[in-house]
Amino acid sequence: MDQSILLILTQDGVTNGAVYALLALALVLVFAVTRVILIPQGEFVSYGALTLAGLELGQPPVVAWLLVGLGVIAAVLDLAQAGRSLTARAMLRILGLYIVGPLVLLALGRWLAPMKLGLAAEVLITLVLVTPLGPLIYRIAYQPLAEAAVLVLLIASVGIHFALMGLGLIFFGAEGSRTTAFSDARMDMGILTITGQSLWVLATSLGFMVALYLFFEHTLWGKALRATAVNRLGARLVGISTALSGRMAFTVAAFIGALSGILIAPLTTIYYDSGFLIGLKGFVAAIIGGLGSYPAAVLAALLVGLIEAFSSFWASAYKEVIVFTVIIPVLLWRSLAAVAVDDEE
Amino acid sequence: MQTLKILGLSLAIAGLAAGPALADIKIGLTLSTTGPAASLGIPQKNTVALLPTEIAGQKIQYIVLDDGGDPTKSVTNVRKLITEDNVDAVIGSSTTPASISIIDVVAENKVPMVALAATASLILPMDEKKAWVFKAPQNDILMATALADFMAAKGLKTIGFIGFSDAYGDGWYTEAQKAFTAKGLKIVANERYNRPDTSVTGQVLKVMQANPDAVLIAGAGTPAALPAKTLKERGYKGPIYQTHGAANSDFLRVGGKDVEGTIMPAGPVLVAAELPDGNPIKKIALDYVTRYEAMYGVGSVATFGAHALDADRLILAAVPAALETAKPGTAEFRKALRDAMEKTTNLIVSHGIMNMTPTDHNGFDDRARVMVTVENNHWKLLQ
Repeated sequence: MDQSILLILTQDGVTNGAVYALLALALVLVFAVTRVILIPQGEFVSYGALTLAGLELGQPPVVAWLLVGLGVIAAVLDLAQAGRSLTARAMLRILGLYIVGPLVLLALGRWLAPMKLGLAAEVLITLVLVTPLGPLIYRIAYQPLAEAAVLVLLIASVGIHFALMGLGLIFFGAEGSRTTAFSDARMDMGILTITGQSLWVLATSLGFMVALYLFFEHTLWGKALRATAVNRLGARLVGISTALSGRMAFTVAAFIGALSGILIAPLTTIYYDSGFLIGLKGFVAAIIGGLGSYPAAVLAALLVGLIEAFSSFWASAYKEVIVFTVIIPVLLWRSLAAVAVDDEE
Repeated sequence: MQTLKILGLSLAIAGLAAGPALADIKIGLTLSTTGPAASLGIPQKNTVALLPTEIAGQKIQYIVLDDGGDPTKSVTNVRKLITEDNVDAVIGSSTTPASISIIDVVAENKVPMVALAATASLILPMDEKKAWVFKAPQNDILMATALADFMAAKGLKTIGFIGFSDAYGDGWYTEAQKAFTAKGLKIVANERYNRPDTSVTGQVLKVMQANPDAVLIAGAGTPAALPAKTLKERGYKGPIYQTHGAANSDFLRVGGKDVEGTIMPAGPVLVAAELPDGNPIKKIALDYVTRYEAMYGVGSVATFGAHALDADRLILAAVPAALETAKPGTAEFRKALRDAMEKTTNLIVSHGIMNMTPTDHNGFDDRARVMVTVENNHWKLLQ
């Protein structure tokens, strides 16, 4: 292995690692706030990538129909929960949020898609369409289970993952898609060629991490999320709605997922089921980081990206094995180092 | 309540009346229409709508089940097809693992089966169980020798190999190794990747380090475009070869200008319109492509779907002979069907011409392969 290969592999690993880092952040956030291990995180990635690919071809985004469907279910759930105490104002709010909102997005998507507005606008439409999936899924699947054990929430996650993956096959078909790059720029730095796209990935990931930091440190909502993560009961006692926190965590997670999909789609072909494996690598990073620490998760994600890049060079047939085996020594070390606690509080 | 009872009773009677019609010929299919092999299974399922519904005065009923490419599920499906639906023949499954697992079931129940997966180990070495198994897609070795001949004629010496890390990639590596060695070609690098991988940079660098005259990519569908794109990105100048697994229009869509000039062996149905008029395969292949695209849209046809058509033709061609022995739905009929299928001679299908023997349950020869290239983002016949 010479120096140029070393540099190329490092670049490849860091680019992929940046995407895994974003996903790991989303997983840590969702777990801290709602105790949900968000397996469907990967589906947001593939939905984001494939919706963008569809928009590039001028096809109306099918994912908007899912929003409408989920909106109807969520509205029915909310109305049933409110029961007799339903006021006219609450009803208007529910209908506006869950029925009118998705329908507006659907109409907007169908109206704008054939115009082929260019990459920036298409990215924006994709984010606007995929992000609401997060809070809707939380409302329908997790909110009724909010007080259940971690294991129950995990099983719900597996179910949602399969449902979303199956719907993905119907929406996007079995074959994959690739989108055009944000920039075709190439910079030759000595022996290393840096593509504009990988710079975009790194810059966006870094920018988003800074934005998340500012959000958690300096906004009321961010602080509310952190409070819920630290102590759910305590948060409720000081007047923070845990359901609202959950919805917000899922919104951020879906946004991150869609963004990762958009970032990675020009680099590789994305299939309706590729999200799972990408999300799983984010999950490995989150686990190595202990599912609690954001900086540790980010570093671990870069490590996963690098291990993946180098093992694909040395032992390509065992690449996934090597990546996922990394988790075992970490788990061992953590279980030996950790003080034994009952994991159900 | 009373009306409900009457309704139920009349339904039951109607069901009984419909009973005798169930003695039609029944063909059960287990296809991978979901899961990782969905790009194979979906065109196969779509093809079922184009299959003939009557032969020799007998109605034909098709029952399609999905196995998601899962060997356990395909076994369950086939047991269900045999015990509950009493099928006369089984077609499937789309992938090699899901097809291998059902051999035991069809052999145990003595039902003829036509596999839609490519691996030669499904029918070789022939034994008592595999006697019930036929295979519609060409053997990989047939395609590999076509490649080897072509490469040797071009004066190539060293080949880099990048394949799927599954049965498809492994199978191709073994067959290519055999075919290439016979022609004095040498595989100098052997790398693997997974279908959903987001990057193959490492593998491509390793292959390029070995500096091969050409690179062969053994992948199926759109994932086969990723190594080709990365090779171009890293400045590889040599020719890139693909296998027949990449032969669908989505490969061209995703590959774009980076797969221009790619060379691969494929079934003749891929370039049906370009086949010379004298080629007996042309009529059937072109008819299939036209009808498929009329139903599912221009450019939607894939060679994988045509395997389902061929499997069905193989079974139906044997039906008249089997009908002389017994009625559909009986064990005697299934046995006679199998025997007649084994005697198939000069059966023209969309992928070639079949001549079955007791030791060869694939029956294809050189006419079942053509070399194609990509020109202006379209498939073009080479020879």
